[in-house]
Amino acid sequence: MLRYSLKRLISLVLSLVVASLVIFLVIEVAPGDPASFMLGINAQPDTVAALRSELGLDVPKWQRYLDWAGGMLIGDFGTSYTYRTPVSEMIADRLWVSLPLALFALTISTLVAFPAGIYAASRRGRAGDAAVMGATQLGVAIPNFWFAMMMVLVFAINLRWFSAGGFAGWDKGILAGLHSLTLPAISLALPQAAILARVMRSSLLDILGEDFMRTARAKGLSRGQALWRHGVRNALIPVLTIIGLQFSFLLAGAIIIEQVFYLPGLGRLVFQAISSRDLIVVESVVMLLVFSVITVNFVVDLAYALVDPRLRRRS
Amino acid sequence: MTRNLLLGALLSMLVLLMALVSFVWTPYDHVAMNIPAKLQPPDAEHWLGTDHFGRDMFSMIMVGARTSIAVALVAVGIGMLLGVPLGLAAAARKGSWLDEVIMRGNDLVFAFPSLVIAILITAVLGAGAVNAIIAIGIFNIPVFARITRGAALSLWERDFILAARVAGKSGARISFEHILPNVMNLLIVQGTIQFSLGILAEAGLSYVGLGAQPPTPSWGRMLADAQTMVSIAPHLALVPGVAIVLTVLGLNLMGDGLRDYLDPRLRVSRA
Repeated sequence: MLRYSLKRLISLVLSLVVASLVIFLVIEVAPGDPASFMLGINAQPDTVAALRSELGLDVPKWQRYLDWAGGMLIGDFGTSYTYRTPVSEMIADRLWVSLPLALFALTISTLVAFPAGIYAASRRGRAGDAAVMGATQLGVAIPNFWFAMMMVLVFAINLRWFSAGGFAGWDKGILAGLHSLTLPAISLALPQAAILARVMRSSLLDILGEDFMRTARAKGLSRGQALWRHGVRNALIPVLTIIGLQFSFLLAGAIIIEQVFYLPGLGRLVFQAISSRDLIVVESVVMLLVFSVITVNFVVDLAYALVDPRLRRRS
Repeated sequence: MTRNLLLGALLSMLVLLMALVSFVWTPYDHVAMNIPAKLQPPDAEHWLGTDHFGRDMFSMIMVGARTSIAVALVAVGIGMLLGVPLGLAAAARKGSWLDEVIMRGNDLVFAFPSLVIAILITAVLGAGAVNAIIAIGIFNIPVFARITRGAALSLWERDFILAARVAGKSGARISFEHILPNVMNLLIVQGTIQFSLGILAEAGLSYVGLGAQPPTPSWGRMLADAQTMVSIAPHLALVPGVAIVLTVLGLNLMGDGLRDYLDPRLRVSRA
């Protein structure tokens, strides 16, 4: 296990280095100099040069990469070109909206998908199964941002149960914060719940055909008992992998949902940064998202190997 | 033929037909503004109503279908054209450095969700439908590479491949002459699924302004325009949304149906 973990850790570090290089290089070839963009077309060359030196744009590219990547290791993402504040602070502020939103959505998706998947598998081929599968078919076909708009129409505009947008802030209390994240989280969770329910169902169906399930029934457990004690537990392994993968997609997906609800999260930050050519902010947010995907995958791989020894040996 | 396949194919054909007909005929000019007739709900004159500029929604949906289909189709093409040869090469040289490089490269691209790729591209090149194609296309490459490699690996163990090797055929020739035709079914099914994901991704990117730009009509853009007016004219959001859902649903049903239909094992078990 130690050897496997070490091997995966080296590959994690390598992936992060290559990903950061790719992001840096892509942004570096961006046409247009941020300093001239900020000062406008009438700026004097010496003013532009002064700003370039202030922003650290005049040093060689490789050194800028090392400064940026090295800084990130100690939590220093550099200074925003437009706001002149540390990027890490801007990201941390926004993360307080995006991260809880993604976690909230993940919770909803799991709470809906587990019972739905288990129910469908236990009623295989019957009306209940068909109903759940039909609903998941629809769930994956609905764009989450459109679903969000429809929910605003029904629950915010017509019923007035929630506000149509904006974020109350955590200083008003956890409940107020969660209340303003409820509609966004439900819309973000919809397609993920549909996918998860399908995985849960098919994983459970595979397990139900196993010999140990028959043994469980033969030793006198009822259908329900066998399902809960032996079926669901074993079916969880692939399901947990999918949950891990979904988290990173939820974080990225939150960017779009934040636009529907005017939430001050990472999405808003990155779109503002794109329009003001605040490239260091774009670079850092993208790196953060990619970092979360790679790290979550790493953790899922390790967890998987921990439960399933066959995987360790194969590698 | 299964019911799913039939229903899915029917829905998909309908959307395709709508897009094709829009090249020669639409009920109204999709860019023609008619302010006095703005925000009208669906009626006999405007089947799907009019938008805030009085443009005919049905005509916009028809032309918008072109954008969705074109973006998703080219993105699937990019993914297949690059991903399939990579997957074949990785399988042919299983365990070699080439396999390792291709698979690690795959993992790396997988870490960039298409939205993130689109953000990067837009930061560099500015927004546009082409960026959406590139972003979704890049995201498709590892999907096809992985599925091709997986299927090809099990084929390499088969006797008829051994026979081909004994006959002196090179790895590349075996890959294209024997492996590729045998993974084609799988690729067609995956292609349908990626196509439907591409439609969703294009709508999402256009919605946040990273995809098609006005005046190019796009379903995602229509939804973005509708956002502030959804309370006074819900049809502005309902119409493009339903169009997306039906298209994606159709393609997914077709993909599922094709998988059942093309997989002989499933057919035998049903018979």
